[in-house]
Amino acid sequence: MNALALSDRAAGDPAAGDPAPGDPTAAVANAPGAAARIARAWAALRDVEDPEIPAVSVVDLGVIRFVTTQSDGSLGVGLSPTYTGCPATEVIQALVERALADADVGAWRVVRVLAPAWSSDWITAEGRRKLAEYGIVPPDHSSSSLRDLRPGGRPVACPRCHSTHTETVSEFGSTPCKALLRCRECLEPFEYFKCI
Amino acid sequence: MSAAMKVRDDDLFRYLLRLGDLSLVLGQRLGEWVGHSPALEEDLGLANIALDLIGQARLLLGYAGEIEGRGRDEDQLAFLREHGEYLNPTLAEQPNGDFGRTIVRQVLIDAFQLELYERLTASSDGHLAAIAAKAVKETRYHLRYSGGWLVRLGDGTPESRARMSSAIERLWSLTTELFAEDDVDRAMAERGIAPRLADVQKAWSARIAALLAEATLERPLDRPYSWFGKQGMHSEHLGYMLAEMQYMQRTYPGARW
Repeated sequence: MNALALSDRAAGDPAAGDPAPGDPTAAVANAPGAAARIARAWAALRDVEDPEIPAVSVVDLGVIRFVTTQSDGSLGVGLSPTYTGCPATEVIQALVERALADADVGAWRVVRVLAPAWSSDWITAEGRRKLAEYGIVPPDHSSSSLRDLRPGGRPVACPRCHSTHTETVSEFGSTPCKALLRCRECLEPFEYFKCI
Repeated sequence: MSAAMKVRDDDLFRYLLRLGDLSLVLGQRLGEWVGHSPALEEDLGLANIALDLIGQARLLLGYAGEIEGRGRDEDQLAFLREHGEYLNPTLAEQPNGDFGRTIVRQVLIDAFQLELYERLTASSDGHLAAIAAKAVKETRYHLRYSGGWLVRLGDGTPESRARMSSAIERLWSLTTELFAEDDVDRAMAERGIAPRLADVQKAWSARIAALLAEATLERPLDRPYSWFGKQGMHSEHLGYMLAEMQYMQRTYPGARW
């Protein structure tokens, strides 16, 4: 039996740590095997594809915030939404739950984590590489703290011909996390992962 | 503290409704553009902003329901309250008009939400601070979009410029309400939950002045103002919008996708 507690509470909020009605035979905290369970959970999560950008996993995207043993012995898996209204968030949660249920990790629960807010800076190096291969330009690392509101700054290079002679067609793309650009050299449109 | 242990806090409940209703009502308005925008890119842009706003509204109204402590969730608050129970500022419910008017409304509110959320990240209420920290990043991006259009259309053709000027003239007086402090606002500021609205106004005015200057548009004169949506006294437009938005839940209570 897998215990599931859903909380929109921030990390560290006591509400997120309430004991879950877990499996009575679940391992207690620090019991032998906890490290192995955590490792198996991470391995299972690394196979969960983002439903809208299947080239990257939820781990690559940085939306899995932690996998840790909780006081009742269950594994707590922290999950953050990329955007508050992203429709994929609920699908991602369902996929994560299925992966955990199929993995041999004992009792677990998924906890929604709001703070600190997800940032595109948390996409892993591996995730950035996979995005680029997939044809989506990964976010510029430096911009998540940007305060300026005008477009501009460093030009985004075309993923095909690498020209920096590119223009923004739309600040918003096919998913909340992407913008639409066009290369003025090879004339191909491409997507750019927004920096937040 | 769990919801059950929280003492009833009517001021905080009303304050959260104001924030949540602002996002919800504006998000619903922007959603009306889907399939009708002047270009596909703007359809995507407005729909994406609407999505963020509705996401923020879910968090804020969900939290409001917890504070209220009567077991109402975000959906019940969104779909089963009456006209006079909505506490969004009147500006948010104004009809879309043409694309220019939608953009002007958006710039005015994006700049307000940006200045507000930036300060709410330091709220003494940890959960509200967490929501604000998430929302502020999205809002920054919204203003980048709406501000960009304000400049392009204001400093554009005679036709686009005339439309933008008329939209600002029409909506400007409604911004008064954003900064009109009442007992709820004062209570929130005294408890360190929310910033002083006078501080928000100062920063907002500077930001808007800079954007208007870049768009070569004039800041209208302040005029008397009578609506007060923040206290549930709305313009005639909200009722029509809610009739459409709430239709499914009113007709088929509890219906789910």
